[in-house]
Amino acid sequence: MRLVTTTKLALTALMRAKLRSLLTTLGVVIGVAAVIIMQSMGAGATALVTGELSGMGSNMLMLVPGATQGMGGASLGAPLFTPDDVDAIRRECPAIKYVSIMNVRSVRVVAGDENRSTNVYGVSPVYFDIRQWYPAMGRILTDEDDRQGAEVCVIGETNRIELFGSVDPLGAELRVHEMVCRVIGVLEPKGASTFGQDQDDLVLMPASTYARRIMGDDRIGVMMLSAVAEDRIDEAKAQVESLLRQRRRVLAGEDDDFTVRDMRELIAIMGRITGVLTSLLAGVAAISLLVGGIGIMNIMLVSVTERTREIGIRLAVGARTRDILAQFLVEAIVLSLLGGLIGLIIGVAGSFAASRMLDLPLALPHQAAVLAVGVSVLVGVLFGVFPARKAARLRPIEALRFE
Amino acid sequence: MATSTAPLLSLRRITKVFGEGDATVHALRGVDLDIDAGEFVAIMGTSGSGKSTAMNILGCLDVPTFGQYLVEGISVEALPADVLAALRNDRFGFVFQGFNLLPRTSAVDNVELPLIYANVSGRMRNERARRALADVGLSGRDRAHPNQLSGGQQQRVAIARALVNEPEVLLADEPTGNLDTRTSAEIMALMTALNRDRGITIVMVTHDVDIASHARRLVTFRDGIIVSDQSRAAA
Ligand SMILES: Nc1ncnc2c1ncn2[C@@H]1O[C@H](COP(=O)(O)OP(=O)(O)O)[C@@H](O)[C@H]1O
Ligand SMILES: [Mg+2]
Repeated sequence: MRLVTTTKLALTALMRAKLRSLLTTLGVVIGVAAVIIMQSMGAGATALVTGELSGMGSNMLMLVPGATQGMGGASLGAPLFTPDDVDAIRRECPAIKYVSIMNVRSVRVVAGDENRSTNVYGVSPVYFDIRQWYPAMGRILTDEDDRQGAEVCVIGETNRIELFGSVDPLGAELRVHEMVCRVIGVLEPKGASTFGQDQDDLVLMPASTYARRIMGDDRIGVMMLSAVAEDRIDEAKAQVESLLRQRRRVLAGEDDDFTVRDMRELIAIMGRITGVLTSLLAGVAAISLLVGGIGIMNIMLVSVTERTREIGIRLAVGARTRDILAQFLVEAIVLSLLGGLIGLIIGVAGSFAASRMLDLPLALPHQAAVLAVGVSVLVGVLFGVFPARKAARLRPIEALRFE
Repeated sequence: MATSTAPLLSLRRITKVFGEGDATVHALRGVDLDIDAGEFVAIMGTSGSGKSTAMNILGCLDVPTFGQYLVEGISVEALPADVLAALRNDRFGFVFQGFNLLPRTSAVDNVELPLIYANVSGRMRNERARRALADVGLSGRDRAHPNQLSGGQQQRVAIARALVNEPEVLLADEPTGNLDTRTSAEIMALMTALNRDRGITIVMVTHDVDIASHARRLVTFRDGIIVSDQSRAAA
């Protein structure tokens, strides 16, 4: 029998039970749509994270105590840095442009009747240059503030709303621990980060003030550095590393007891995390595709049983085993291909909708789409073969006598 | 090997057993029957005497438990499945008591069925199916579905389907069993004409003595064996 004839035959049979055919394909439709939406959301999230991280300043470096571990973590217990380290890096690393202290602690702050817990940072004034943060009201911290250990602070938008509401925050008093400091500026709102963190929920004060009044000593937890240019990041990193090994007396052959991270590493780490998430989601979606395939097999088995007499008649007038096999196999493939194509359309539409709703960049996974439709055909073959063989193996008279 | 003297169809010591244990039925208990090309054979016998079982074996729809079935001297037992399918497709035409048409399928599509498996092109199929329908007196009802046709018309569609691929042998198992007397007579006239004008070998099971009288040879079954086999002069 010719393929065209077989396909026509399959289409006729499927058209006879339109609703059932449609319901049968539902599993594959959902499976394929899920694979595509999951993949596109994963790709969109990755693109967003990567974009955001590189937007943070691609020549930015982060210095933390402790040796590098696994997914970019650093071990605890290594000594913190000192103000002398900051000066030494400024002096001896020509590839470094800015060095900023970045100490942080979660503290309850009070303004008038309002109080809330927020992240209080002690930073060098260049921190604002490194992060490219600008004031929406008032001003940012200056070198003068840092030198004097001035009791002033810059707050984020969230704290302005929560603590001051409609009151003008500039010049207002904010109590942090036992210290009262004056609000001199409010930062431009930045919204939530990719990881859901509120980037406006912070209070920044000079590092010197923070050391004296909050921490009680002048050791430094984290330093933010920036290289003079993006293509000199490796050089900057090497300079900082060799300087700190010397200062912290790390012996030759021993591992560093500190870590310099650049954004590329962070991007790679985030890429790995979103990659794992994407494959997890895709795995779930693939399982639904499998379930869809089993649905097709189930209906094909029912169909073979229902049409046993038809098979008998066909065998009696000269159909060969392979003709019957082809007929039912093509039916299964047409069903799953139909499901795959409908799923593709829904998947693409769903990806558009999801990217709009979640504010993710649209990243249609072309390969995943082709793969999903291909897999749905494969599902048709795999799950169609069993019922089709069952049909094709019937003896003519047995099939004809079937009630 | 086929020889010029070998009969067209030959059943040799055919036994057919259905079921196992207490439920065992000996449908055929040693049947010998030779049929030559061009014969018109009527088979009679009480219900359950093994007539349909023998017909199914002749049509390669079933296989014997013991014994040999030879077509032109070749044992079908040894033939591969695809050759058997080809045999059913272009050497035999089978007509059943219950018509066995595909439901929700037009008359012309039903008649085309054997041609599909003979790899005939779509246009040729349609042409030949229409001609076969015209031959059995059903021109104009090509598009009708079985449930829109009378019993006699449905059996004519079934006969057209059996004839469309120009078989040498027409096997008909009680073709008029579900039809009234007048329609039966028309179907019989059709069969007689096919045998006389086209030389098609016909083997037909019937309960009706009048209908059997159309045949030149009458074979009678009882309890799974042939109890009489009489030939008459041409009618
Ligand atoms: N598939 C079957 N399974 C079990 N018994 C069968 C089957 N087909 C036929 N028989 C039995 O074999 C005997 C002969 O049947 P059959 O050839 O149909 O008789 P006839 O056509 O002469 O009425 C009957 O007793 C019938 O019940
Ligand atoms: Mg019978």
